[in-house]
Amino acid sequence: MTVLRLIGVTWWLQLKMRSRSSFDGILSIVYPLFFATMVFFMYGQNGSQEALVAAAVGAACMGVWSAVSTTASTTLQGERRQGTLELLVASPTSFPLTIVPATISMGTIGLWSLVVTLLWGRLAFGIPISFAQPFVFVVAAVVLAFSLGLVGFLEAVMSVRYRGAWAIGSLLEFPVWLICGFLVPLSLLPDWVRPIAYLLPPTWGVAAVRDAALGGNAWPDIALCLLSALAYAGIGWLLARRLVDSARMRATLALT
Amino acid sequence: MPVIEVEDLRRTYAARTGLRRTAKKDVEAVRGISFEVERGELFGLLGPNGAGKTTTIKMLITLLLPTSGSARVLGHDVVADAREVRQRIGYVFGGDKGLYERLSGLDNLRYFCELYGVPPKEQGPRIGELLELVGLAGRERERVEGYSRGMRQRLHIARGLLHRPDVLFLDEPSIGIDPVGARELRETVAALVSTGTTVLLTTHYMFEADELCDRIAVIAGGAIVAEGTPAQLKERVSDGHVVEIEVFGDAGARVDSVRAIDGVTGVAVEEGATSQLLVVRTGAAAQVTPAVLATLDGVRLGRVATREPTLEDAYVELVREA
Repeated sequence: MTVLRLIGVTWWLQLKMRSRSSFDGILSIVYPLFFATMVFFMYGQNGSQEALVAAAVGAACMGVWSAVSTTASTTLQGERRQGTLELLVASPTSFPLTIVPATISMGTIGLWSLVVTLLWGRLAFGIPISFAQPFVFVVAAVVLAFSLGLVGFLEAVMSVRYRGAWAIGSLLEFPVWLICGFLVPLSLLPDWVRPIAYLLPPTWGVAAVRDAALGGNAWPDIALCLLSALAYAGIGWLLARRLVDSARMRATLALT
Repeated sequence: MPVIEVEDLRRTYAARTGLRRTAKKDVEAVRGISFEVERGELFGLLGPNGAGKTTTIKMLITLLLPTSGSARVLGHDVVADAREVRQRIGYVFGGDKGLYERLSGLDNLRYFCELYGVPPKEQGPRIGELLELVGLAGRERERVEGYSRGMRQRLHIARGLLHRPDVLFLDEPSIGIDPVGARELRETVAALVSTGTTVLLTTHYMFEADELCDRIAVIAGGAIVAEGTPAQLKERVSDGHVVEIEVFGDAGARVDSVRAIDGVTGVAVEEGATSQLLVVRTGAAAQVTPAVLATLDGVRLGRVATREPTLEDAYVELVREA
């Protein structure tokens, strides 16, 4: 109960903090819209309504991933700069528990981007927002945001020890869009890419959201997205403890 | 049983030099220090920049692992029982950092209540009590980014006390705050000690250490060079007195001549805006003022005064000797 409360309160405060910069807020909406617009133009040429809805959903999921991937890797660097990283480590709460809610809050902000992208598709390109399974769509979108938050947690813990690890987020942003089938179906990708895609939670998350929108069975994909993300979180958890000890050994916690 | 036990504690940093051909060099920040702090005591660690004060504190609060030696806080080893140590201590440092700027003071305190496991029902009253204590009541809903440095420092103190720690580590808490704020801070610290909290304080301000500390360890070059009560440290230089001479000119050029005078035990020059202050320490019963003034013949002088040695005199002498 205490752990759940801690996660809940931290998530809410992190969300509050991240929502307070109107500049950051506008950027997190406008930035994915540019990519979404390109996607809508490209898929609009095809003429297929189903392809356009699939593209709209993929573009919306791109925003969720963008909201997590770049900010998760810089979040601990931000804590370092404002002198709070040491305070988090020095508290009796397990360090990963202080980071997980922060990265989940990034996924939550990504949901906002998802909604705005779908509205943009509807208003500017006339793409209908009538999903085959609205309830499953909401569940899939929430699981996607939560799961990407857990992937972001693994990214974030790297920079506890390695200050330059913030670059990983930028490095991963576009390849994940491509590999995980956000826009291009996995069947069109080279054979050797698919096993990599299957190991990445966004692959299952995007498939789940798309299935829910187009009427497929989304539940297996939702389960796989959640399970694979939990595995990433487990790896992150173990890594975080080792990296914090390494940072305590090498005295890099206070270095910016 | 002592609340803090430090035994032969050492910490070495690896410093890197060069861009292409990097070389690693070990820097010994703390060189085998030992000391003990009793329950309810206010223990001061004094030393110049880079002396090893903050490194020592960071090892005691479990942020840094010692290279060798041992340290126990409330009977718990800082390496093996880090979590137990963290639950029972508070840590406050000086300066602007260490707070979430975009959150209100209240939200900052709420967050740290959660991190320190303060039961939900106790959080509200405890936060209210601390806001009163540090004088931030009524301002707690404002964002921290709008707080003055003094307000931030007071919020830091409140944060460090949320979970009623048995031991409080204060790392230069009064740095950069105005004299009134610093006085209030000293009053707060003194009140905490009177309620049984053990405090380990590092500071550059001698009057602060003199006023607050029960015992002081002077640390220089990573080693403890003296330890005792403020009175005991002052005694090390109190077998004489101090002559202060305001000099308008280059006092530095005459320092060696002054030092050579029989009875002079130490000379220092403090730079002022328009003048220099020549501080001459003398041995017991030595009357050196006429000889010093003769040495300064031809230099325009201002105020000449004789006084008893202060903790600062003792500190300067100890650090110089080290």
